[in-house]
Order: sequence, then structure tokens, then C-alpha cells
Amino acid sequence: MNAIDAKKATGIGASVPRKEDFRFITGNGHYTDDICRPGQAYACFVRSPYAHATVDDIDFADALAAPGVILVLTGKDVAADGLGGLICGWLVHSKDGSPMKTGAHPVLALTHVRYVGDHVAVVIAETAAQARDAAELVDVSYGELASVTAVSGAQAPDAPQVHPEAPRNTCFEWELGDKAATEAAFNNAAKVVSLDIANNRLIPNAMEPRAAVGEYDKGTGVYTLYTTSQNPHVARLVLSAFVGVAPENKLRVIAPDVGGGFGSKIFIYSEETVCVWASKKVGRPVKWIADRSESFVSDAHGRDHQTHAELALDANGKMLGLRVKTKANLGAYLQLFSASVPTYLYATLLSGQYDLPAIYCEVDGVLTHTAPVDAYRGAGRPEATFVIERLVETAARELGEDPAEFRRKNFIRKFPHQTPVIMAYDVGDYEASLNEACRMIDYANFPQRRREAEARGMRRGIGFSAYIEACGIAPSAAVGSLGAGVGLWESAEVRVNPTGSVEVLTGAHSHGQGHETTFAQLVSDRLGIPIESVEIVHGDTDKVQFGMGTYGSRSGAVGMSAIQVALDKVIAKARKIAAHVLEAGEGDIVFENGHFTVAGTDRGLAFAELALQAYTGHKFPTSEIEPGLKETSFYDPTNFTFPAGTHIAEVEIDPGTGVVKVIKFVAVDDFGNIINPMIVEGQVHGGVAQGIGQALLENAVYDPDTGQLLSGSFMDYCMPRADDLPSFDVGVTVTAAPSNPLGLKGCGEAGAIGAPPAIINAITDALGVRDIAMPVTPERAWRAANGL
Amino acid sequence: MTVVAMQVNGKQVSADVEPRTLLVHYLRENLQLTGTHVGCDTSQCGACVVHVDGKAVKSCTVLAMQAAGALVRTIEGLADGDKLHPVQEAFKEHHGLQCGFCTPGMIMTAVDMLRRIPKPDETTIRHELEGNFCRCTGYHNIVKAIKAASEVL
Repeated sequence: MNAIDAKKATGIGASVPRKEDFRFITGNGHYTDDICRPGQAYACFVRSPYAHATVDDIDFADALAAPGVILVLTGKDVAADGLGGLICGWLVHSKDGSPMKTGAHPVLALTHVRYVGDHVAVVIAETAAQARDAAELVDVSYGELASVTAVSGAQAPDAPQVHPEAPRNTCFEWELGDKAATEAAFNNAAKVVSLDIANNRLIPNAMEPRAAVGEYDKGTGVYTLYTTSQNPHVARLVLSAFVGVAPENKLRVIAPDVGGGFGSKIFIYSEETVCVWASKKVGRPVKWIADRSESFVSDAHGRDHQTHAELALDANGKMLGLRVKTKANLGAYLQLFSASVPTYLYATLLSGQYDLPAIYCEVDGVLTHTAPVDAYRGAGRPEATFVIERLVETAARELGEDPAEFRRKNFIRKFPHQTPVIMAYDVGDYEASLNEACRMIDYANFPQRRREAEARGMRRGIGFSAYIEACGIAPSAAVGSLGAGVGLWESAEVRVNPTGSVEVLTGAHSHGQGHETTFAQLVSDRLGIPIESVEIVHGDTDKVQFGMGTYGSRSGAVGMSAIQVALDKVIAKARKIAAHVLEAGEGDIVFENGHFTVAGTDRGLAFAELALQAYTGHKFPTSEIEPGLKETSFYDPTNFTFPAGTHIAEVEIDPGTGVVKVIKFVAVDDFGNIINPMIVEGQVHGGVAQGIGQALLENAVYDPDTGQLLSGSFMDYCMPRADDLPSFDVGVTVTAAPSNPLGLKGCGEAGAIGAPPAIINAITDALGVRDIAMPVTPERAWRAANGL
Repeated sequence: MTVVAMQVNGKQVSADVEPRTLLVHYLRENLQLTGTHVGCDTSQCGACVVHVDGKAVKSCTVLAMQAAGALVRTIEGLADGDKLHPVQEAFKEHHGLQCGFCTPGMIMTAVDMLRRIPKPDETTIRHELEGNFCRCTGYHNIVKAIKAASEVL
């Protein structure tokens, strides 16, 4: 294959089969549970069976005497060693200017437990089974207290309190937007449409449970943590700077193959903290693997909003204003991004794709005796999209307008567009996606399909969702001004070897996204070298200089942009070297298809030949140009990116059983430029499946009296299975993102954002009801279909 | 402790294990065959599917002792040397995996499915996959891969 053919086959825009697949399809992946360190011991956590209780005494004498037990540790040991608590990395302020209020988040409970599954003690033993057996023998004296798990009622003065530091369980009462302008819009409205909206609580359930192996090297004093992390450098930073387990330079964090994250593996949890800390105490590596039941109770959950939302319209159906009041369940403790998800990742997207002159949003962050709630695929943006797209569809119906036409009438059409809620949309063509989605689902002939279904006794409906999200997270100064404790740039290092092969070290982390392929496509394309010559290295703080990790659909727009900038530097240096070697002016050097040539001549160097020249340093003045060919970048984006699109669902409901069948699901997305269409489509499929899961199947339920998690296993929490879902129809439109050099917007979350309102809009259309609660179980649909 | 012997991927193996040891832990911990995964504790997710005497079995639901003397095949033993099984090829070709964690169980389930039902339609494939969870792909490309594999097998 010549260079041009290679570029077509493996360059930008090609659906290159994934480089990482071989190890996964042959059983040769290396997940954390596959890592066994010599002499490793096993940890098992003693967890609270109560939603809220005092911890009066912990008697672990029997556990310590049990076979194989090495050590039992409690919160007192954590305190005695002076470790800090787990942290929230984002500080928001209430509308009165006061900082958010919450209590400490201890690694192991000291005086109280605050949710079922809270960490009380850890037993370390020779085998996993012995640790588990002994954990059963730890006798904890609890003083059970009343609990509150739902936001409704949690802020009452007499409600059980989660933390004394947060009166009325209110962490913050936050606002965004112009209250007076919004009130004026409502005063001038010809029509107001309002809805009370619940966004159901979800449990991420990446297929690989969380896991950790901590190891201490007595000789060097270096700790190594292998863990299921989406952002190993952030884990190292938090464990060093805040928890204080080890200095940053004495802690290596490795996130090997990670089996899905969806947000839940961003956060730094008690378990990996304990594994690192305890490894020195027992003088052996300490391994912990969550079983699925532990994942259910202790992974950070997602969503869980209660919202009242109102849309003001003029006499022509043009939107005038939006007023939203949300109560967001934060759980018992704030996790790393907990405060940002229902605030800056939520309300800033409430303008949707619409020209909305005035928006005012209030959000109460409410603490409850439940597992922490934090980012889950979409993180705030699905909640915002659900609010606006349910309101818009309802408004269209109440105005008797076609939902597509009503959206067209209100779309933003001029860019850049400053919304009333911080975001400055840079580019987009919302009508293009809407039109393509209508074409793909054959919207024009829907009435005929509905009649045909009705003739069979079925109820058929169609629902739209024109979503927007903010990705490419994020310009560091911007997020800093909003309360982020870190910058959200990304780093890359491009190392060209003397033989012309290349390693790229990236701070992004792949846990299913296919970075080893897409990132290599970029390098192959830019340098004109075979994709097999490119290795993507990630997930190890000892190898990668630094990184903020993968979440918020940021790895393309930010992570690949960092690689692009580093490649620019490599090429610039290589050009200088080529000029010396080829004895030509630098301006005459052309770099194309992997060759440096002197313009207008046949004199040239292949990339690999140039690489060798760079390392020998024989033919250029090393006083001016350093030998070697390795460049780095810390790339900070100039804006968020704004993927947007239209999803349309068509459903059929059997009024006799209430079973909702998704007949067709069309997703048309504008992700900007696309590196690997196959991988992008795969991301959409997975996101849509999770969105349909939220709409039809999934629900995290706590018992309101006892605070027990009732949906605590796959027997009780309904995960989407293959036969719950249709095949999806995926299309794209493209407006390149102007804020990064590759024009990428990000595709990881769109499906989970767009799908839920499309499904609910289709169901309410089918049933002729104004609203229905997620998840729409057959019982709920049957009741609605039968007016019950 | 009990000595449990079986044939795994064509090799005779044995290990001294606690009687309560599950087949999946026997494979992973005693034989270091870590391609078989544990994704749940209620026999729902199917990440642990292997073949026991030619049939797909959730190895988290079988004691190692119950498989004593059996012929066991895991994902590591599916390819014929360097030649991938057509189902493995199809998963790669059709992007039937993302994070890879459910993949070994999915592939072993699919191989068993196609043994029993050589030319399944989409509805059958989806129904047959009800014991395997995937959180990444939305099943779309898994279904596509199995369909494609059925056409070359």
C-alpha cells in the first residue's frame, strides 16, 4: 500500500477496525482484577446496613482471630494516621454568596454512617474468601437513626439531618440567569406551559466492577495503585494533596484496561484509598474487587432531580422565557464533581437549541442518606435536555403545532449565539439535523403508520428530542471562575523513535472509547506513517506527564487537540532538521505523505530517515537544534464544544399489557469532524441504549422508611438487555467546531442525553397523556393507556 | 481442600481448592485464565460464560467440583492457534465491543448460539443474548457481528 492509500485506509475519517480489539476478543486484556502482585492480601469492607446510624463501637476481636486475617482497620486508624477525607473538587456558592455546606467525607466512618453501604471497617486477609468470612465477624454496635432518602421532605426543618454543617440538608441554594428579565417575560406571555419533572435516579453499572490493588515498596517508599480509574493523574493528585496517603512523587497510579466507566470511575473512593494506605501497614500488596452488590450500594449514582419548569410563549408560539426550579439529590457526601453536575453542567444547557431571551434557574443541592450522586453519562446535560425537550414537545401539542415545525420556529440560527446561561454557542445547524432525522424516520408518513397500528389494536407514537450539550470540557480559566478546583486542559507527548515509530503518551484514558485506534489514526494521518507504527500509551502516571482523564466527551476535542499541537511541534522541528540534511532552505521543505522533500526537486527523506537523522545529530548544528524528536503539549481549549442533533423515537404500546416497544430510533448528530465513523456510531448506540434504559427500564429505588436500596442487584435493577432494544439508525451532519484545531465536538454522551425525552415524548404521544414518569414500566404504561 | 481436575482448552489441569470454589475462580485464580470475567454476583451478566462439555455455562454459577472431569473451553482456547474463530473476527470487524469486559462471555455465548441455531434472525439473536449484559454497545453491533458470523460459519 502506498502512503496515499494508507491514509485513506487508516487516516482521519476511516472506519479503522480497532487496534485494541485483539487482546479483548482473545481474553488477553489486563483489567485490574487480572493483576496479581506477589504476596498480595485481600481486603473486604464492612459496610453499614443502616441508612443513618451512630457507630458506637466496633469489636473486631473475633474477626482478627479468624483464619487468614492479617489486619482490621477502622476510621480510628485512618484518623490516627492523619489522613484527610475525600473531597469535592468543585465549589459552588448559594445565591446569598455563601459557600456550599456539607460535612466531612471520611475514608472510613468515625462517628456516623450516612447511607447503606457506607464504609465502616476493612478486613485484610490471606484470601478473598477469608477476608469476607472475617468481615462477617466484625461486630459493630450501631445506634439506628431516622433517615431521609428523597429530596421531597429532606429540606423540612424536622427532617433527619445528614450533616450538622448543612442545616435543612441544604448544601446550596444556587441560581443562574436573570430573574427579573425572566419574570418580565412571563408577565408578557400569551401562554405558559409548565411541567413537574422527575429525572429518575440511575446506577451506572459499568460491566467491570470497581477494583484496586495497592502496593508499597519499602526500599523506595513508592506506592503503586492499580485501579479502575478514568483519570489516574487526578486520583494521584487527590490521594496526595488532600487525603495525604503519600506525596505525589511517591505515588504511581496505573489504570490498566478499564471495563467501562460512564462517570462512575472518575471519582476517588474509599476503597482504593484504603488499599494504598493499608499496603504499607501490612507490608504486602492489598487487593480489593467490588462484587456487583457493592457496586450498587457504593458507586456514585446519577441523575435524581425533581424539577418544576415553565416555558413562556408569545401569541405566535415564539419562546420568551424559561423558569426552572430543581431539587437535586446529592446523596450523603459530595463526590469529586457532585456540586458541578446539577449546577454548571445542567442549568447552562437549559437554552437547548432555542433562541430563548430569558432564563432563570434555581437549584437546591440536597443531602440525603443515599449513596453519593455525581456524574453519570451526560452529567447534568441529560437532565437539562429532558426538561427543555419535554416542555417544548408539550408546548407544541398544547398550541396544536407540529413538534418539528415548532422547534424550527424557535431554533437559534445565527452564530455565535450567547445564551442567557453563560454558554456561547459557536457553530451549529440545528435544522439540518432535524430535517435529516425526519427524513430517516419518514416523518411524513407517520400518520399512516399510526392508523395501521391502531387497526391492530396498538397505540403508536412519535417523539422528538433536539438536544444540545457542552463538551470538550473545558477552558481552564472559565471553569476556574465557576468554581472548579483544577484546570481542564489535556496533555500529550509525541515521542518519535529513531526508527520512525511513534509513541504518543496521552493524559486521556480509554475505557472503551477506542483511543488506541482514533488517536493513532491522527498520528498516522499527520506523519504519513503506518498506523501499526503508532502506539498510544495512557493510564500510568509514571509514563504520562500529566492528564485530566476521560469524561465529558473531552478526549477528542481536548485530548486529540493536545496530540495535534504536539505533532505540529514535531513536524516543525523535523522540517528544520530536514532543511539541514537536504541542504535546502527551511521554507523549501515540503512535508507530505510521510516524506520531507525539497520543493521542485526529487531530493527527499522518508519520515523514518528523518527520525534517525534527528537522533544521530550528525548533519545539523546541535547548538541550534537539540538532537532527538519528542514534543509535548498542554492544550487548553478556548471554548466548550457544542454537539447537537435531533433524535426521534417511534414506539408502539400494547394497551393490554403496557409493553412499550421501540420500533425505530433515529439519531442524527452533529459532532463536528469525525475521526473514525465506526467508533462514533458505536458511541451513539451505547449512549442511546443507556438513554432508553433510563426512559423504560432503569430506576434506583430507596425504601423511604428504612433507606435500604431496593434495586440493589441485577435481579432488581433493570438493565437494558439485547431484546429490550431495537437496532438504531444513526446519521450525521457536520459543522466543524471552530474552537479546536481538529474541529471535533465529542460524541460520548449524546445518546444518553438525546434519547430519554424522545422516548417519553413518543410514549405520551402514543397514549395521548400529558406526562408519564420514567421509567415507563409496562405497569405505568398500562395504567396510562387505561386511564388508571 | 479438594483436588479438582478437568480438561481446559485441551490441557489436563488440576488444582487443590476449597470445595466452595466457583469454576470462574478456579479458571481465573488457579489457572490464570483471566479472560473469563466476573461482572455480577447474581448470574445475570454473562461475563463469565465458558463452555462446559460443549455448552455455554455461566462459570460463576458452577462449583469447580461440579466441572470435575469435564471438557472446559474458555475464550483463551477459542482461536485455532493464530487463526481467530469467525465469531472473534466478526466482533472485531463489526465493532461488537468497546470496553471489552463483557466480550469474552458474549463471544462464548454467541459461539454456543450458532452451534444450536446456525442461521438466527435478529429477533432470535437478541432473545438468545438475554443472559449477557453489555453496557457499552447497546448490542447493535454485537447483533450485527453474530449475524455476520452466522453467514460465514
